[in-house]
Amino acid sequence: MRGIVSYESHINKVGESAVDRVFMLGNTTFLLIVTIIILLPLIFIVAASFSSADAVIAGKVTLWPVDFSLLGYETIFEHKKVWNGFANSLFYTFFGTIFNVVMTIIAAYPLSRQDLVGRRVIIIAFIFTMLFSGGLIPTYMVVRDLGLLNTRWAMILPTGIGPFNLLIAITFFRTTIPPELYEAARIDGANDFRIFRSIVVPLARPIIAVLALFYAVNTHWNTYFQALIYLKDQDLFPLQLVLREILIQNTIDASMLIDIEDLVAREGLRELLKYSLIVVASVPVMLLYPFVQKHFVKGMTLGSVK
Amino acid sequence: MWLRIRRNWQLYVLLFLPVLWLIVFRYAPMYGAQIAFRQYSPAFGIEGSPWVGFANFIRFFNSPKFEPVIINTVVLSFYSLLVFPIPIILALSLNQVRSRMFRNSVQMITYAPHFISTVVIVGMLFQFLHPRVGFTASLANLLGQAPPNWMGDPGAFRHIFVWSGVWQEMGFGAIIYLAVLSTVDPALHEAAVVDGANRLQRIRYIDIPGLLPTAMVLLVLTTGRVLEVAFEKVYLMQSPLNLGVSEVINTYVYKVGLLSPILDFSYSTAIGLLKGIVGLLLLITVNHAARRTTGNSVW
Repeated sequence: MRGIVSYESHINKVGESAVDRVFMLGNTTFLLIVTIIILLPLIFIVAASFSSADAVIAGKVTLWPVDFSLLGYETIFEHKKVWNGFANSLFYTFFGTIFNVVMTIIAAYPLSRQDLVGRRVIIIAFIFTMLFSGGLIPTYMVVRDLGLLNTRWAMILPTGIGPFNLLIAITFFRTTIPPELYEAARIDGANDFRIFRSIVVPLARPIIAVLALFYAVNTHWNTYFQALIYLKDQDLFPLQLVLREILIQNTIDASMLIDIEDLVAREGLRELLKYSLIVVASVPVMLLYPFVQKHFVKGMTLGSVK
Repeated sequence: MWLRIRRNWQLYVLLFLPVLWLIVFRYAPMYGAQIAFRQYSPAFGIEGSPWVGFANFIRFFNSPKFEPVIINTVVLSFYSLLVFPIPIILALSLNQVRSRMFRNSVQMITYAPHFISTVVIVGMLFQFLHPRVGFTASLANLLGQAPPNWMGDPGAFRHIFVWSGVWQEMGFGAIIYLAVLSTVDPALHEAAVVDGANRLQRIRYIDIPGLLPTAMVLLVLTTGRVLEVAFEKVYLMQSPLNLGVSEVINTYVYKVGLLSPILDFSYSTAIGLLKGIVGLLLLITVNHAARRTTGNSVW
């Protein structure tokens, strides 16, 4: 063991020429600049969200709050529409993710079994949907004809199975559960349902975590377009649609700004509110993110092995 | 074979719901796409509406919208393809870092924007670049300059679109390459060091060739989706000011099909179908070219 360590350090010393030291300096500088560029907009948004409306409208905020104030956040917390959107998003994300994960797992397990007749055809049928789709309108017509328009179902049922996620799950089952295990269970008299319930599902916990994350963040929490086409009723809107109204279309309930008579101050609060809203909307995922980052990386790498 | 099917019948029971879902939500729309060749009217339904052949496609080719929409889509997608190597550079650079803490912090920070939703990203763009309350405005105020109004400038649209995408995804895009780099045989590096190769040379002759197969596969897949653009983001960034450069196939399909006062399902479907078929052909061609030139391909 010690031999290996000294060999390693020997390599490092030999490899560390003057050229390398210059290179490493440049490399570190490069990464620092990249990190600063990533952080800058984030810091600015947070700083502005804690500033006063006057400072925001005067364009004084750069990287630190000016005239510290919580007015933006206070105004948001009174905005019922935002909270309604939050609740709806939680609902769609929770039930949608359960639906996605269950569907993906019950599809992936049979498709990972080499002895299943027809598995290639079905896998190809799934992969083909990654390359080609019927298109926006034909899909819309199916959802309409099923009577799902403007219902909560429209946010859940069409999402079903993501082909990429299915491939990850199939790869996982194929590489982690050896065929001998099935044979052994078979000989012990277990049928396929039994094997699925007592062997596959318990072993699948890591992949279930990865899938749940992918679906929850990518398919549900962060998307808006599905809601835009399928939902009319404001009460059903997920958070992202409410955000779109306020951040992009610039429509804010006038009642929120009613106390303020001065036009400039009103404009200031309107902008300040957007900064606070951006922070509030991103905090849930950002808080989770450091804990789930590992799983995301695992999923991405699993998908690339194939 | 029948014996094997019978023996595994319970597996087919498990597969039943997923396959049913696949047929209803993915293949039924493909069947419905035939309205591209009909003049669809709700009264007659999909099968009952009269056939019109390629009339809807010809109408699109002759429409004044055809040229700008196609050009915008192609320019925006190829501009997005140009920045493809950036995550690779980031991964190569991160791979050289010896301090674990520094490396982990940089990774943690650069991955973060991936988890911000599209709506919030575009909202951030509007605020950050706002001519009055944005960061650029504050900076210009500090320097005594007139604040720029980039979001209102159609000439800036493509740059903002592409580079905000780089900002959001470069860290996350580097994950795959970092994973591949960690599988490069250390013996190769040791041998290179013994031969006197410096770090730059080792990147050039060991790391980059190691990444090439993965990069090719991802490039082929990205090219196959090139006509899709990041349409949800384009749509949010659109304003009457930049419509001349920001109207792409997908936003046009959406507007014709679901937003305009006279909804034209058939016309919209025809445009979408055209895009889908061209995209598929593009993928097959690029994949073929990649296999012939580098030996790496998706299938």
